[in-house]
This record gives sequence, C-alpha cells and structure tokens, in this order.
Amino acid sequence: MKSGSNLEKVLKAGHFAFTGELGPPRGTNAEEVREKAAFLKGNVDAVNITDNQTAVVRMSSWAASLILLQEGLEPNYQMVCRDRNRLAMQADILGAYTLGIRNMLCLSGDHQKFGDHPEALGVFDIDSMQLINMVKNMRDEAKFLGGADVEGPPEMFIGAAANPFAEPFEWRVHRLAKKISAGVDFIQTQCIYNMDRFRTWVKQANDMGLTEKVYILAGVTPMKSIGMARYMKAKVPGMDVPDEIIKRLQGAGKGKVAAEGIKIACEQIEEFKEMKGVAGVHLMAIEWEHKVPEIAEQAKVLPRPVMD
Amino acid sequence: MIVAQRKPFDEIKDMIKDYKKVLALGCGTCVAVCLAGGEKEVSVLVSELDMAAKLADTPIDVSGFTIERQCDREYLEALDDMVEKYDALLSLACGAGIQFLAERYPKIPVFPAVDTTFIGVNQDVGWYEERCRSCSSCVLGMTGGICPVTMCAKGLYNGPCGGTNNGACEIDADQPCAWYMIYERLSKQDRLDSIMKFTPATAWKNQVPRTVIQPGYTKKD
Ligand code: SF4
Repeated sequence: MKSGSNLEKVLKAGHFAFTGELGPPRGTNAEEVREKAAFLKGNVDAVNITDNQTAVVRMSSWAASLILLQEGLEPNYQMVCRDRNRLAMQADILGAYTLGIRNMLCLSGDHQKFGDHPEALGVFDIDSMQLINMVKNMRDEAKFLGGADVEGPPEMFIGAAANPFAEPFEWRVHRLAKKISAGVDFIQTQCIYNMDRFRTWVKQANDMGLTEKVYILAGVTPMKSIGMARYMKAKVPGMDVPDEIIKRLQGAGKGKVAAEGIKIACEQIEEFKEMKGVAGVHLMAIEWEHKVPEIAEQAKVLPRPVMD
Repeated sequence: MIVAQRKPFDEIKDMIKDYKKVLALGCGTCVAVCLAGGEKEVSVLVSELDMAAKLADTPIDVSGFTIERQCDREYLEALDDMVEKYDALLSLACGAGIQFLAERYPKIPVFPAVDTTFIGVNQDVGWYEERCRSCSSCVLGMTGGICPVTMCAKGLYNGPCGGTNNGACEIDADQPCAWYMIYERLSKQDRLDSIMKFTPATAWKNQVPRTVIQPGYTKKD
C-alpha cells in the first residue's frame, strides 16, 4: 500500500472504482459543501475537490477536502500548478496529509486568462508532470524537491489527468507513459464522448503494458441538455463530442433530454466495466451532485465496497 | 531584438508635466528597428509634445536627440555635456537603456516613453512576435527549436497540456499550441525521443539580477 486510501484499497482489491467530483463554493458557506457531499456519500469511493476550477477563485481545495473528511467521505485533493510555486505546493501537501488527506490529483490548471482574475500572474513554477514526480519523491524517498529530508513523508495516492482526445492523438499514449515514469498511481481521464477514440487509446495503453502500471478511471459527464453538448463541443478546449451524441439527445423529445444524457452515461459505464485496462469511472456531475445517487443506481455500481 | 511600444501620449505628457526643459532621447538599435524609439519616433514625439504645449499654453521646451545605444557607456558619453541643460530626460530606449541612462545621470529625473515588451522577431515591417524569455537555461535543442517557456502559455516543460485544441492553444484559437508544433517538428525530424523523457523541475536562474562575464574577461571596478 502506498497510501492506504480507500480509493487505493478499492482499486488494489480489483473492484471497479467509482469516484465523484465536487466544486467548492465561491464563499465561506461550508453548508453548501456538506449538502453536495451528502448526495455523494456511499455512492462513490472518493470525491475530487477541484482547485480554483476554471481559474475562478473558490474555497481552497484542501479546506473543502477537510469538510469532506468530517462528513465521512474520502477527498481526492486536486492541486494545480497555476497558483503556487514549489514551496507553497510542498507546504500544502504536508498540511493536507497531516490533516488526513490521502489522495491527490496533480494538474497543470486552466489558464488564468479564462477565470475571474485574468490579469493574475500564472505561476507554473513546475508543471503537472514535475508535480507528480515531486509528490512521489516526497512520499517514496522522503525528499523535498530541493533535496532536503522530509520528516514523516506524506503517503499520498498520486493521481493525474489524461486527455485521450487532444491532438496529436499519437502522442497521447506516450504522455501517459511519461506520467507513469514520473510516478503516477492512477489516472482520471477527460470526459469521454468519443468512444471509438477512447477504445483505441486504451488499446494502445494495453499494448504498451501501461495499464498494468497505472489504474485508469474513465471520465464520464452526463449531458444535461442539448445546449450543454453543443457548448462542450464548440467551446471547451480538448473536448471531443461526436455529432451522434447531440443527435441522440435531440431525438429524446421534450423534457427527456437529461434522462437520455444519463442513459448514455450509464451505457458508457457498462462498457467501461468490461473494457480491459479500465479500472473504474470518474463521474464529473458538477452542479448536478443531487443526480449522483440516481446515476450510481442506474449504472449498477452500488453498493460501493467497504474496505477496512 | 528587443521590441518596445511607445507609451500612450497622455501618459508621457503627464509624467513630464512638472518640467520645463525636457530632452527626449532615442536609441538607434533595437527600438529603432522595431519603430518605437529611433530617431524618427523621437522627432514625432517632440512635435506632438510641442503641439500639445502650444495648445494648452503651457510653455515647455522639448528637444530630441538619438544616440546609437543607450545600453552602452561608449555612446552615452556623448550626452555628458548636453543633459545638464535639461531638467528631465525622456528615454525611448528599452528598459535596460533607460536604467543605464538614469544611472549615469542620477541627479536628473529620467522617464520612460516606451514600454519594453519582449525579445522577438521581425515578421514583417511593423509586425513583431515574441520568441524568448531569456530564462538562462535554453532547451531549444530538446524542443526542436520552439521555446516552451515563451511560446506555451503555461511554460510547460512536459507538454502538451490537455487543452490543446486541433493545434491551437487553449487560450486562443489563433495562438498555435507550442507543444503541438514541437511534436510536429520533432516527429518530422524523427526525434520524438527527445521529448519522451521526463524533464525535471527547472532550476530557475532568472530570479535575481543576472551578470555575465565572458571567459577571458573580468569585472572591472
Ligand atoms: S495548449 Fe499547448 S501552448 Fe497552450 S498551454 Fe497547453 S501545451 Fe501550452
């Protein structure tokens, strides 16, 4: 065991993992976090807590992670490279671990240009690959990036993102390999809509032996509306939404689009359960947390395994 | 070369409003080539300031002069006798030139008339693009001659990030993704190996003022 986190135990035991996501509030309302957490409790193995997602200021990821711990859920603490230098990052990692956080997701972060402080300095002292490696060395070698010893290493289960859809496609699997060599334990992918591409990517990862070295959780976001599907296709960088998805939603008929979106998501999850190289699903139902119990039920991923 | 842009006229006017006799100083090197602070730009600025002073009926005496390089003592020397007659200097050189000027004449207030913008290339007359952040640790050999520090919006050393969009950067559809270009170029050169390896965290060398003394030379007092 690297961290002994619930997520690590679930994956190690060979269960099909199911993780969720929660965006902290744009203020100090802890109740909002608790309310969202209540929908996720018992339905997922761990919950990603986003870090100033889309470069918009929110309650810090570690603070919201602590609220989750209080509520009896396991957080997956996200950290982006945009807002902190290596000193601040390592300090936060130590603090997070000390207070009970056991999973981390290492990300570059969306560019500040899109957020609510477009004139901010983007730090990017280290990149996501280097962040993975830094956490790994803190954990396994008990060394800070600067070389000094860490007293009581933070035993984090180290995650990262992968986007199987961004160009150049041929490079994507090599980038995954690079993250593995940097020290990642699990991967959560970008939201998947183009199943063909995803199958090809996973097959490449299988062929290269990568899926034996890392747990891959397939990213799923149910479409709430046709507008959302169109927006994601046109506006979200690195998102691949095939026309068939939009057509299917259009065909669902009035008042049934969201249900169709959930149905598509559940069909995907069924396929992922059988797909070699996929160890679980990461459900990103942001601002749709109250639908998670229903989706988990319909996707037949309940009950969640209880690990000791 | 170093590329600069002239500051807005009102900002310049406001900076020198308390002075009666001002010398606008151009630089004949980078800022002249990029059409921001050479002889021609100095004379334009002087006429504009003259005109504005006349219109506002605020007597101010502005003259212009351009030397070859403001970042070089040898050329600055030519100003020694001239500057004393002025109560402020307005420099159209890059930030280095402006500071060197201010350092040489510490009693005279020096104001910038340009914003130094980047180290870049001349794409066409009047069109310049940034290419270098002078990080002191060049990785262009690894990245196929495309700078990830300058050309990638996040300065990634292990790109591309997940935001790359059909060859464009996530910040703007018109901005090519540096790492997409790096991949394409290295792939054509059959050199993808170069970016398959993990690049460790950068040891930043640009966090303090830097000094270079070339081999065979010494620092003089
Ligand atoms: S899209 Fe490309 S250039 Fe833009 S931040 Fe990502 S890797 Fe860098």
